[in-house]
Amino acid sequence: MSASTGLPDAEALIRRLAEAIADHLTDRTALVGIHTGGAWVAQKLNALLGPEIPLGTLDIAFYRDDFSRMGLHPQVRPSHIDFPVEGAHIILVDDVLYTGRTVRAAMNELFDFGRPAAIELAVLIDRGGRELPIAPQYVGAVIPLPPHQHIQLDRDSQGRLSLSLLDKRH
Amino acid sequence: MAPNPQLDDTGKLRHLLTIEGLDAALIHSILDTAESFVGVNEREVKKVPLLRGKAIFNLFFEPSTRTRTTFEIAAKRLSADVVNLNIGASSQSKGETLLDTVDNLAAMGADMFIVRHAESGAAHFIARHVAPHIRVINAGDGRHAHPTQGLLDVFTIRRYKKDFTRLSIAIVGDIMHSRVARSEIHALTALGVPDLRVVGPRTLLPKGVEELGVRVYHDMEEGIADVDVVMMLRLQNERMRGPLLPSAGEYFKHYGLTPAKLRRAKPDAIVMHPGPMNRGVEIDSAVADGRQAVILPQVTYGIAVRMAVMSLLAGGGSA
Repeated sequence: MSASTGLPDAEALIRRLAEAIADHLTDRTALVGIHTGGAWVAQKLNALLGPEIPLGTLDIAFYRDDFSRMGLHPQVRPSHIDFPVEGAHIILVDDVLYTGRTVRAAMNELFDFGRPAAIELAVLIDRGGRELPIAPQYVGAVIPLPPHQHIQLDRDSQGRLSLSLLDKRH
Repeated sequence: MAPNPQLDDTGKLRHLLTIEGLDAALIHSILDTAESFVGVNEREVKKVPLLRGKAIFNLFFEPSTRTRTTFEIAAKRLSADVVNLNIGASSQSKGETLLDTVDNLAAMGADMFIVRHAESGAAHFIARHVAPHIRVINAGDGRHAHPTQGLLDVFTIRRYKKDFTRLSIAIVGDIMHSRVARSEIHALTALGVPDLRVVGPRTLLPKGVEELGVRVYHDMEEGIADVDVVMMLRLQNERMRGPLLPSAGEYFKHYGLTPAKLRRAKPDAIVMHPGPMNRGVEIDSAVADGRQAVILPQVTYGIAVRMAVMSLLAGGGSA
C-alpha cells in the first residue's frame, strides 16, 4: 500500500499477475494489451513472462458502442497484432475493469484478425460495476469504487507505473 | 459574414467542404486517424462497425469512377449502408431541383451526402440546406475544391517524407481549372511547406495565384529543380482542343513529366498524380510506372483518408 493514495503498488500487482498467468502459458499463448494502460501492463507482463511470447496492442476506438454519442476518440492509434490470431490462446490485458464494454469491443476487434482458440482476461484492478457478463481470469486487486471515482494508471518518464484515484465530483 | 459552415460552434468538423480555413492541427488529426484506418485495410477482415446503421448517399452529378468507388469502399468498410446515385441520368433530366432531390433522400433516412457536382459551391449549398444531423462531404465541385483528394495527397506525402516544414513541392499542369490543385495548395500551405511551386503555361495559371503562397514557374525544368515531391495534374481533354493550348504533343514537350525532366528533381523525389492519367500528355509511361511514382499508393491511402473523414464527421450525435 502506498501511504499517500491508499492504493496498491502497480508494479507489485503486475508481478502478482505474472505469477498467476505463468502456470497457464501454452505454446500458442499471446498477450494483447488494450490502449493505453493495458498496453503498458501487457508490455511489463511480456518482460516478466518471456519476450518470446507474442505481444500485441488494440485500440478499440473503432469498435466502441458509444461512438454515435461521443464521436471518435481524438487520439486513436493503430492496432498492432503481428501474429496469427487464428487458433491462438489470447490473454487480453487491461488496466482497470469497470463496465466490461471496453473488453467486449476488444473481443469484437480480435475476431476481425482471426478466430482465437480461447480468450482470457487479465486486469490490474477490478473496480466492480459491470454492465455486461464479463469476468476476468487474472486479477491484481479488487477495489470496489462508487461511480464518481476512477482509478487511473500513470507512467512516469522512467516507465514506472503507478495508480491514482480521481474523483469526478471535484 | 456567415460563419464557416463546415465547423460547429466548438470548431469541430461538421461537414468537409473545403480545406481552406482548416488549420494544421485539424489536418494532422484527420491524417492521424487515417493512419489507424490504414491498419484496418491490411487486415483479414477489412471492416469495422463504426458507422453501422448509417445511410450514406453518393450523390454524383458528374461522372467519376475512382472517387466514387473509393468513397463507396470506405463507407462499406465502416459498415455503413451506401447508395450510389448518378443523378445526371435520373431526376435532374426529369426537371427535379437539386434541393428536391436532397430532401427526398433525406426523407429516406440519409445521414450523409457525398456530393460531386460541376458547379462550384454545390456542396456548400446542400450543407446549408440539410437538417442539422446530416453531414456533407464535397467530392469535387466545379473548379473550387476537392478536399478529400487534397487530404489523401498530403497523407501520402507525410507517409513518404514525414516533415512538411522541410519540403520543396511542385504542382505541375493546369492549375487554372483544377479543384485538386486548389485543395492541395491550401493543405500544403496550412501544413507549413516552405517552398511550394506551381508550374505551367501562362494560359493555365490563374491570375494572382501567388497570393495563395506559391511561387510561379513557366519553365518545367526550373520549376521542379531539386524538389522533394512532383504533383502532376490531369490535363482535361477539352483543354487540349481549346484555345488555351496549341496541342497535346506540344504540351507534352514542355510540361510532360519524362525521366529526363524528373532527373532535375531530388533523386528520392516522389511523383504523384490524382488520376486518371493521360499517358504521353502530362506524364510519360516510364515515369508513371517508375520507381519514384506513388500514384497507386495514393489510391490505396484514399480509402483510409475517406474512412477517417467520414467517421470524424459522423460520430458524436447530432449538433
